Amino acid sequence: MSLRTFVEGWPVYRQLTGTDPLGRGAAAMSVRSAALTPRTEDADRVARSVCPYCAVGCGQKVYVKDEKVVQIEGDPDSPISRGRLCPKGSASKQLVTGPQREQKVLYRAPYATEWTELDLDSAMDMVADRVLDARHKGWQDEDHHGHTVRRTMGIASLGGATLDNEENYLIKKLFTALGAIQIENQARI
Amino acid sequence: MTQDNRLYGPLDDVAGDAGHVGHPPRMGFFTDTSVCIGCKACEVACKEWNLLPDDGFELLGMSLDNTGSLGASSWRHVAFIEQERPIAGQDPGVIGTPTGPSGTGATATSVAEALHGTPGRGSELGTEPVDLPMPSFELPGEGTGAEGRTDFRWLMASDVCKHCTHAGCLDVCPTGALFRTEFGTVVVQQDICNGCGYCVPACPYGVIDRREDDGRAWKCTLCYDRLKGGLEPACAKACPTDSIQFGPLDQLRERAARRVDQLHEVGVPEARLYGEDPHDGVGGTGAMFLLLDEPEVYGLPPDPVVPTRDLPRMWRFAGAAAGALVVAAIGAFAGRRP
Amino acid sequence: MGSNMAEAHPVGFQWVVEAKSRGAKVIHIDPRFTRTSALADAHVPLRAGSDIAFLGGVINYILSNDLAFRDYVVPYTNASFLLSEDFRDTEDLDGLFSGYDPESATYDPASWRYEGAPATPPTAEGSAEQALGDQHGSGGARLEGVSMHPPSDPTLEHPRCVYQVLKRHYARYTPEMVAEVCGTPRDLFLQVCQAWTSASGRERTAALVYSVGWTQHTVGVQYIRSAAIIQLLLGNMGRPGGGILALRGHASIQGSTDIPTLFNLLPGYIPMPASTGNDTFDDYVESVRGEQQKGFWRNANAYIVSLLKEYWGDNATADNDFCYDYLPRISGDHGTYRTALDMIDGRVFGYFLLGQNPGVGSAHGRLQRLGMANLDWLVVRDLAMIESATFWKDSPEVETGEIRPETCRTEVFFFPAASHVEKEGTFTQTQRMLQWREKAVEPRGDQRSDLWFFFHLGRMLRERLAGSDARRDRPLLDLFWDYEVRDGEPSAEHVLRRISGQDVATGKQLSGYMDLKDDGSTLSGCWIYSGVYADGVNQAARRTSRFEQDLYAHEWGWVWPYNRRILYNRASADPAGRPWSERKAIIWWDEEKKEWTGHDVPDFEKDKPPTYEPPQDAVGVAALRGDDPFIMQADGKGWLFVPNGLLDGPMPTHYEPHESPVRNPLYGQQGNPTRTVYGRSDNPSNPGPPEPNAEVFPYVFTTARLTEHHTAGGMSRWLPYLSELQPEMFVEVSPELARERDLQHLGWATLVSSRSAIEARVIVTDRMKPLRVAGRTVHQVWVPYHWGATGLVTGDSANDLLGVALDPNVLIQESKVATCDVRPGRRPRGEELLAYVEDYRRRAGITVETGTRVTTVGPGASIAHIETAPEGQDDEERS
Repeated sequence: MSLRTFVEGWPVYRQLTGTDPLGRGAAAMSVRSAALTPRTEDADRVARSVCPYCAVGCGQKVYVKDEKVVQIEGDPDSPISRGRLCPKGSASKQLVTGPQREQKVLYRAPYATEWTELDLDSAMDMVADRVLDARHKGWQDEDHHGHTVRRTMGIASLGGATLDNEENYLIKKLFTALGAIQIENQARI
Repeated sequence: MTQDNRLYGPLDDVAGDAGHVGHPPRMGFFTDTSVCIGCKACEVACKEWNLLPDDGFELLGMSLDNTGSLGASSWRHVAFIEQERPIAGQDPGVIGTPTGPSGTGATATSVAEALHGTPGRGSELGTEPVDLPMPSFELPGEGTGAEGRTDFRWLMASDVCKHCTHAGCLDVCPTGALFRTEFGTVVVQQDICNGCGYCVPACPYGVIDRREDDGRAWKCTLCYDRLKGGLEPACAKACPTDSIQFGPLDQLRERAARRVDQLHEVGVPEARLYGEDPHDGVGGTGAMFLLLDEPEVYGLPPDPVVPTRDLPRMWRFAGAAAGALVVAAIGAFAGRRP
Repeated sequence: MGSNMAEAHPVGFQWVVEAKSRGAKVIHIDPRFTRTSALADAHVPLRAGSDIAFLGGVINYILSNDLAFRDYVVPYTNASFLLSEDFRDTEDLDGLFSGYDPESATYDPASWRYEGAPATPPTAEGSAEQALGDQHGSGGARLEGVSMHPPSDPTLEHPRCVYQVLKRHYARYTPEMVAEVCGTPRDLFLQVCQAWTSASGRERTAALVYSVGWTQHTVGVQYIRSAAIIQLLLGNMGRPGGGILALRGHASIQGSTDIPTLFNLLPGYIPMPASTGNDTFDDYVESVRGEQQKGFWRNANAYIVSLLKEYWGDNATADNDFCYDYLPRISGDHGTYRTALDMIDGRVFGYFLLGQNPGVGSAHGRLQRLGMANLDWLVVRDLAMIESATFWKDSPEVETGEIRPETCRTEVFFFPAASHVEKEGTFTQTQRMLQWREKAVEPRGDQRSDLWFFFHLGRMLRERLAGSDARRDRPLLDLFWDYEVRDGEPSAEHVLRRISGQDVATGKQLSGYMDLKDDGSTLSGCWIYSGVYADGVNQAARRTSRFEQDLYAHEWGWVWPYNRRILYNRASADPAGRPWSERKAIIWWDEEKKEWTGHDVPDFEKDKPPTYEPPQDAVGVAALRGDDPFIMQADGKGWLFVPNGLLDGPMPTHYEPHESPVRNPLYGQQGNPTRTVYGRSDNPSNPGPPEPNAEVFPYVFTTARLTEHHTAGGMSRWLPYLSELQPEMFVEVSPELARERDLQHLGWATLVSSRSAIEARVIVTDRMKPLRVAGRTVHQVWVPYHWGATGLVTGDSANDLLGVALDPNVLIQESKVATCDVRPGRRPRGEELLAYVEDYRRRAGITVETGTRVTTVGPGASIAHIETAPEGQDDEERS
């Protein structure tokens, strides 16, 4: 940087020689300010999504940069929400990127006082074994009136209402095929 | 245009006055509190965009407001005001209920004392004490002498930096950290601010504040980065009921005037504008409000005056001193040249 | 009513604000003055749990002043139909309808039928548990013998016509009675009546919004029925600007009902087969739909077969009844509360929690947590470490010593879940719109979608059982499970394609449920969603900007059924097919083109003229007349009176909540005589009149949501930006109650029920106001229910105060109203808490029988419905 450039870039110089003699505007603009752009402009891609909180179904645009979510805001094209979001919808980025998001499978053994880590494959294996065991222990071919039921009372499930339709579909389908009937949802609550 | 009214009184072209050539129109907010639902989306959307830290987890007991005031980390603040007064046209469903003389005795004292016991009395307004009214939490029944409650209303309003025509914070900033943007807004440049804090008491609204951890001053930028990219500020974009509107200030003034007329026509005579008058003590604001009561009720000063009204005389001395500094600085660099 | 829309659905509320600015009048009827009330033209207070008395008063106002929209009511509702001579009203039986059996606390609805119609056989065994209301599927109730017009009197004068029966039923719901029951001042009530009835007729409509403020009651279904009666009488159904709008609380809770994970339903509101009366496929199909009924529900067999074809693919054939026998059978109540009790009784071994936090979010938290502490294993899949995953180390019962980690045997698996931006799929929002979400980023670490989890769990189970010849394993092994998988993640789009439906032979996507066949040639996982993948296009992913289409925005997402935006929109036109008014036109009959047309997809057969009269022997769709707008109903009409399908009466009747401080001013019958109670020592009820000692719990409390938090807090209490906005559990009380109980603003209060005691910071506010009810002052308090033991901000859980008493039709708990005591100061800790609550129970004389004497008139008035000893034999292994 030449001295001339340096001096000309210096706010006091700009103030004294430019259009902003009081040095409160153009002359005071820092390099950072001059280069500022909204971070959404730099996004690698934008996914069109839907808010996960209440059932209004507001449109969300999810801005992704370097495989990270950098901003979530309302989708102005949505005829439902017209780009607006409530405080919860506005906090969606914190919901998906915050430190509260667990990333490891955790296991609490019977009578244990703390969690231990478990790898995902082992955990899936253990759950599969337990599903078959509980299914067996709770199996009924008939109820106590002698009516055919062919079901298990050993397994129950309670789902939240932020599950996708496709997920609910597979959940109900799998449990029904297993004979598990106590399959419930927030929708009952 | 004289040098004097660059610091006081009406000013038609704030950005031009600050040396921006070929600048866009002055942009600002119009906050129509008559449709505010107090959801605080503005507070959250602001924090998400500007990556602000949380402001602590304190129950303040000021109705549903637990933010308390604008500050270094809360650039939008929704005030909630419960009053034993009607909004014209609304039936609050009080008449005929067996409500007692609620504003007397232990209850009233309890509410009042508890409020004063909260951090900053629920109204922490900067690192320097600034004597501003708190958002009013009128003691139920106070002043009516009525046997029972006769009326009720619940006002909500989202407050924000006013981006004054004459901004005290900007006028006193010795480092050039605060500056007037091409949009006519007032922004702190964090790469320059040294945390001197002069700006804090200079704001007649108690908006700007220093952050405890880094000492620098922070406030609403009217989403300067978004504006540069042609986007509207995060709070205005999120606002579910369009209580917060963003746009060229000229258009907003017209819209605000129409809205007041409309409300007057449908029987809300208390609707009034705040901050739209270029003859007020800050030359009018870049963020104006439609209120349903006196400004004090919302924690807004009724007659804000930029503390730098008398500054021009002082500034001329400062300018001369700076000029001398430039000469000295050039001399210093020139002397080092190989 | 029953909705705090501005707080719970803020972005939806923009449309209310906009309507108001265009001149609409907004009235908020609610126990509390909320952020919704603040924007309304009027706030109308009423006592929590008294809404039917209020709405009944509106019905009485309409009928006694002859304000119904007769041109609509006579042709489009069952107002003119005559009822059987056997029917007896609550006016005759002091609060009961004919057909009540106090022993089982159930109704036989035979006497509620139309004149001349045969009795509709009960769905199953006939006990309350067996005949769940949901069992009637989405077509509403099955009804025999109504494919032809029942006897009727279009003048509405016949004493046994529905209109006159209704008029007599509500005659005592006067403004004075409304004031007595609800505490709503008479003049204010009359203002509501005048405003509502003036928004009626050809030119004007009113819309009604409700939420869980209505559903979470022991009479929740009847609340909504009351609204249906009013909106039908005023001609507000099926019309733009009208309707009853249920605002649901979660992103896809509508989807969770449409494609249910609910014990009694299969996708598309098809009932699960029951253990009795459903032995063969034909039995089952005929129990789902009536032989002689009208409408599209008559085609339920095609919907069922297409579902079974999706489930079991090529293995499902006509010869094996499409694997109908693979479906397990239900026998009564297997709802989430019954299951929690069964956990305590040691009958359930494993439990999956999928984004759900019952330790905070379900009624009677202690019951939930004690149940979880008595499992073999628990799987929790969530975004954050919620209370239901850590109950063994930090629940209130750990504090009281009832749960000790060292002795709690439950194995707990925590699986981190993928968030909404880390997976693709559809949510169904509150107005039945499916919207596809694109995946933004990959989940991190072990985070996975539930689609991944269940697909792979299913795959692993099938691998483990491969080669098994056990009969019970066939359903799993024969299942269609060949969903497309990419990088381990199953294709949600493939699942959706099969939900939408395909021609089995060609694989061609179907255009809608009218394409479905009962011969096995089509498959569709959910008939009402059929068409979401029409033309091979993911219709739910369409996002044509609102700026580029009209008001109804048919190219944004996809609304079931058939992308119709307004259900029953045939009723927006008069019987001759002309819009009631040009201003409110949405569909109409085009005489030149001989078809229905307009701004929305007609909810009617496109080419059936308004004048169409079906032949004598027609059934099903063919039996629908040209002016039968309610095409899913068995008689094509909107029901003012429900001849079958509800368990607690054909007309809404005011009953007091399960826990109430006052005697029912209208009838000797105090509460819903068919409500579901679980009389057990671990589920005590606070006494209410006519039981003694109700004054021990003198206050009414209600629970609700804040804008700043979400349900049990799993998606909000861990977020700094939301937690700072509402950092602490609090209770709102009126100044009057504060004085009565010496409560200090921002001080502490303890709320006590017979289940537990919780503490909360006190907020004294004029937004809470006492009401005068039945000659006395009733104080109401409210608490938000978002807090629990973990997260950034913590606090006691409001749901710990509640017991379990349910609406018999849908088994939803009464969590919007109960009684409690309020005391200043913090609650006792540890074992002292148990002693404190026990002392209240002792003073109130509470036993397992308290609250279970659901009949309070007639010969059955002393019968307590308690659970006798664990029904061990019920669960003996019989394999």
